[in-house]
Amino acid sequence: MAFDQLLFYGFASVAVLGGLLVIGQRNPIYSVLAIIVSFFGLSGLYILLEAPFVAVVQIIIYAGAIMVLFLFVVMLLNVPREDAAEWDRTHPFYRPWPMRIGGVLAAAMIVQLIWAFSRTAGLVQGVGDQRPAVSAVSELGRKLFTDYMFAFEVTSILIIIAMVGAVVLARKREF
Amino acid sequence: MAGLIDWLTTPQTIFVLGVTMLIFLALQISAAVMVYAERKVAAFMQQRYGPYLVGPKGLLQPVADIVKLIFKEELKPKAADTLLFSAAPIISAIAAFTAFAPVPIGPATTLGGWLPEPMSPVIADINVAVLVIFAVTSMGVYGIVLAGWASNSKYALLGGLRSSAQMISYELAYGMALATIVMLAGSLSLREIVDNQAGYWFGVIPRWHIFAMFPTGLIAFLIFGTAGVAETNRAPFDFPEAEQELVAGYHTEYSSMRFALFFLAEYINMVTVAAVVTNLFLGGWHGPLLPESWGIVWFLVKLSVLCFIYLWLRWTLPRLRYDQLMAFGWKLLLPAATVNLLVSAAGVLYFGL
Repeated sequence: MAFDQLLFYGFASVAVLGGLLVIGQRNPIYSVLAIIVSFFGLSGLYILLEAPFVAVVQIIIYAGAIMVLFLFVVMLLNVPREDAAEWDRTHPFYRPWPMRIGGVLAAAMIVQLIWAFSRTAGLVQGVGDQRPAVSAVSELGRKLFTDYMFAFEVTSILIIIAMVGAVVLARKREF
Repeated sequence: MAGLIDWLTTPQTIFVLGVTMLIFLALQISAAVMVYAERKVAAFMQQRYGPYLVGPKGLLQPVADIVKLIFKEELKPKAADTLLFSAAPIISAIAAFTAFAPVPIGPATTLGGWLPEPMSPVIADINVAVLVIFAVTSMGVYGIVLAGWASNSKYALLGGLRSSAQMISYELAYGMALATIVMLAGSLSLREIVDNQAGYWFGVIPRWHIFAMFPTGLIAFLIFGTAGVAETNRAPFDFPEAEQELVAGYHTEYSSMRFALFFLAEYINMVTVAAVVTNLFLGGWHGPLLPESWGIVWFLVKLSVLCFIYLWLRWTLPRLRYDQLMAFGWKLLLPAATVNLLVSAAGVLYFGL
């Protein structure tokens, strides 16, 4: 097996196992840490795809900023370990109808994934062969501000709306 | 197998491994030296002697400190989360060491013709080095936050929460100042950023980024330096461990080597920030008088001056109040950094740098 492939399976299993651990155990702090581990696996995959910029940005934004906020909130609320029996009895998702709908949605997603994979030609190539179109940072910036200008600007407006919304929701109502 | 041995014995591999070992050891020794320097500088500023009994002029005091820390009992609160309580100091120390990996410490060299082509003395010559340093330092906060949470103690938790809030707040200004320099240099690689600072303007002013496009370079330097002090949790921004309010903050419950790892991480982080500031703003290994190949001397001189400023600040400025810290970060540092970024962007476009 080529070294590239070995690395791919290593990073991929880190990412998947981290993802499973997020939902596989009941301590919220450990969930947050597991998702960070998963992000590191993903970042390794980006490096294999020769996109070091995306890999580092993945760490800075998700692992470095967003997950710190998650951890902050979990610690501030000091959420205790989830009580499994209590959870099973009271949680609204455990009623029959939500469970059925959830099952249908999960099945739909699996069908969709299989459909998408079966139609993607690039999957049969090895990891090392899929060179990305853009890898240099300047090239990425140029693409963002020419070809994808509209999507880029719309995304920034969306983020600003979300920020303003968060501020409005968080402030005390004095009017 | 033979291929592996061939690869291991090429001059390039030996050079990289050698540089790695050298920097690893130098960082550990620098932490010990910084502890001694801190105590001596503090004593000097408070008109005391400082450590003077162990060894000549107290020079062996750090050794005594380390021996004391190793032989102390390792305590753990009963209600602590065992796994995270042990992992937190390790995360801190690993992040501190890793952050130095993309920092070059001198000009590219062939070591007197031994190497086939000149190589930069750096552990990992990455083309997005600046961002990697930023990412790894932002991982360091997890050590502190998890230490605070896993200790299961009020003071530690408060220290950890403060630390995460502080680091998130100052990371923004830090990143903006960084972006200013990346734009002036036109590169994300630290080696290229330093090479961009070689030479002189009008034959006298060195082309360091601190003097670039006056005053934006200077403002970026001040903002980056301030945010760097806050990122490393040093006085006057040492809120995570504010002794008067929180006993010792996030490491209240730690003793022995686990505590020592936090200490090590703090001092190594100081050295790393000083090295990054040297490379980004002060021209790295470029300087007058000495020949180019002696660049590492200039690098170390600048590094030492910055480390001294760190100590100087700590023993001169009183700690801010918590709301002052937040107001300073969000209402002064961040807007100033943003305006500075826009002005220098316009400048780069106008002068076509």
